[in-house]
Amino acid sequence: MTKTVLTGVLGAAVLALGASTASAATLDDVKAKGFVQCGVSQGLPGFSNPDADGEWSGMDVDLCRGIAAAIFGDATAVKFTPLSAKERFTALQSGEVDVLSRNTTWTMSRDTQLGLNFAGVNYYDGQGFMIRTDMNINSALELSGASICTNTGTTTELNVADYFRANNMEYELVAFEKADEVVAAYDAGRCDVYTTDQSGLYAQRLKLTDPGAHKVLPEIISKEPLGPVVRQGDDQWFNIIKWVHNATLNAEELGVTMDNVEEMKESDNPAIRRLLGTEGEFGTDIGLDNDWAAKAIAAIGNYGEIFDRNVGPDTELAIGRGVNALWSQGGLQYAPPIR
Amino acid sequence: MAVTDMGRGVADAPPKVALLNNPRVRGAIYQVLLAVVLVYLVYAGIGNMLGNMERAGISTGFGFLDNTAGFAISQSLIDYDQGVSTYGRVFVVGLLNTLIVAVIGIFFATIIGFLVGVARLSNNWIVNRLATAYVEFFRNIPLLLHIFIWYFGVLRLLPQARDSFDFGFLGLLNNRGYFAPKPIWGEGAMLILYALIAAIAIAWGISRWAHKRQMETGQIFPAFWTGLGLIIGLPLLAFLVMGAPLSWDIPVAGGFRPSGGMTVIPEFLALLVALTTYTAAFIAEIVRAGILGVSKGQSEAAHALGLRQGQNLRLVIIPQALRIIIPPLTSQYLNLTKNSSLAVAIAYPDLVSVFQGTTLNQTGLAPQIVAITMLTYLTISLLTSAFMNWYNNRVALVER
Ligand SMILES: N[C@@H](CCC(=O)N[C@@H](CS)C(=O)NCC(=O)O)C(=O)O
Repeated sequence: MTKTVLTGVLGAAVLALGASTASAATLDDVKAKGFVQCGVSQGLPGFSNPDADGEWSGMDVDLCRGIAAAIFGDATAVKFTPLSAKERFTALQSGEVDVLSRNTTWTMSRDTQLGLNFAGVNYYDGQGFMIRTDMNINSALELSGASICTNTGTTTELNVADYFRANNMEYELVAFEKADEVVAAYDAGRCDVYTTDQSGLYAQRLKLTDPGAHKVLPEIISKEPLGPVVRQGDDQWFNIIKWVHNATLNAEELGVTMDNVEEMKESDNPAIRRLLGTEGEFGTDIGLDNDWAAKAIAAIGNYGEIFDRNVGPDTELAIGRGVNALWSQGGLQYAPPIR
Repeated sequence: MAVTDMGRGVADAPPKVALLNNPRVRGAIYQVLLAVVLVYLVYAGIGNMLGNMERAGISTGFGFLDNTAGFAISQSLIDYDQGVSTYGRVFVVGLLNTLIVAVIGIFFATIIGFLVGVARLSNNWIVNRLATAYVEFFRNIPLLLHIFIWYFGVLRLLPQARDSFDFGFLGLLNNRGYFAPKPIWGEGAMLILYALIAAIAIAWGISRWAHKRQMETGQIFPAFWTGLGLIIGLPLLAFLVMGAPLSWDIPVAGGFRPSGGMTVIPEFLALLVALTTYTAAFIAEIVRAGILGVSKGQSEAAHALGLRQGQNLRLVIIPQALRIIIPPLTSQYLNLTKNSSLAVAIAYPDLVSVFQGTTLNQTGLAPQIVAITMLTYLTISLLTSAFMNWYNNRVALVER
């Protein structure tokens, strides 16, 4: 009896899995349907967040728009699929989305066991803790015995376990599936601490009843390189995502912005000419037009512009460039050259 | 005899037809064909899935169950040590958490459901209306909302750990949960358990004997009260004889949350209350229908025989109503168990949350984990049904 049932279940799973993973040429599929299907979060200000009209914004969203612009010359040729942390990899594996751009940490197991590839790092982050100011706690090392709220299906869950174990501290983990429920439970006082990527803490703090009553502790307990993810086995598509991101970094380095991209095409600097397609055949090699990067930059700007617009000091999140500055300015953001 | 047999044989002999047109042969052929097609589909399906997984670079197999799980779980009925225990253990922890909320939920939902169901038939206007209001309120709001109301609504009303409600010996209540005193059994406590088991066995024997005697002689023996006395009395006796080998670990307030005692996490309470009250509303309707389904003549006959109202209910109405009640009641039990997977919305660490949730994400092995989880729910449901069917057969009308 149970045998038949098992096979039935598996069979059903297959039918779902069977159809999708087969196709390798994602670019052809995308061109045929006319838009990029992009997996994003269910609402994380600064990274991927829908406004009241359902219009998405954020760094992760901009990357998808850049990809669409590079392919179609049209930054609106993209559809967004909001995914919880738990659903995201399955959605990508099964072909429901073409690219996952959802504050996803690049880890070895995700890279090697899930049939996925990380195409770069568009935000260097680290895990932090947020706590009520009136608890009078100034260091994560004072948190022994605390109740900690977080999202299931994240690296966060694992890091916090490592950190508390390494420091011989006890804790109670309360893990929710949806980020909004984490915020609600933390706000209701179920937990002393909310832990996630530091950028996420700044973003989610805006959703609390009294954001001013909470602070982020100084400790960063992990490395969270966040970046776009694609399925393994389609190198062309992988290259496109990787190089759209690299193009935004090279553009910042070379002083190419959203506004000056047209003039810059006539620049004398060969690096700029190669980036914008005035020289060389770099687009053809990835199945796109040679002005692919120019189109992306015209739509979303260079990396610095994307950062400042979405999470920078003038936004509600007010995050400084920090490690996300260009390598030439003491940060970690570094793109291989286009040549 | 012989003649009729022969006569029937002749009349029933199938007319001579081609084998293929013989309905029985045909039926068998169709069955075999269907089975072959099904087996092929399943086989091809699994092959396809494995191939796809391999091509996509996703690991196959179940070896991950032996890998260490690096995350904490807020409620565990067995020893669970994050960073030491395996994903296999996570599965067991989740399963037990699902089962405990389901079993306790079923217990209370049944009691509340029966009470409300009977109350709906009451002649007392207030009782009747209250019961109706209960049913209509609870069954007409989606369960997830109930869970959120109990969790987020009630949680906000509870005090911070620092200013918990203090019930003295009975423990503390705050928004981290209910911190109950924990019994610590001393030496000789096992004897109490043995006494309890013995008492249950004796009580069962007495009830069988009393039933038999009543059937034979009509004499009534108060088996229920004797049994109850035994079940309470014997362990109590053992407890006293052993010199009361019990002390309590009472939680004390302090730090982030009280220390000592046992913790009942708010997620458990919210889920339990929501599942119980919601399912009880459906059970109440089933009970009402069951009782109404027993014809009025039965009561009248019982009264005519001189049975009192209580006896009438207990000996005549309920046994017959049960036959109507049990099958739909089984569905409610299954629903409650499956609905407990909504736990994931409020961070109760049930099977779906810790296994199909966290474990799936840490390992990314969706096909294996989803299959195991589905199979587990299926097994729980089939076992519940089997038990209820057995019980249903037992209470089915025995005609004499
Ligand atoms: N970077 C971590 C955590 C990502 C994550 O899910 N963070 C939460 C909390 S900041 C989130 O994105 N929530 C928004 C949502 O679920 O829509 C990972 O990849 O595992």
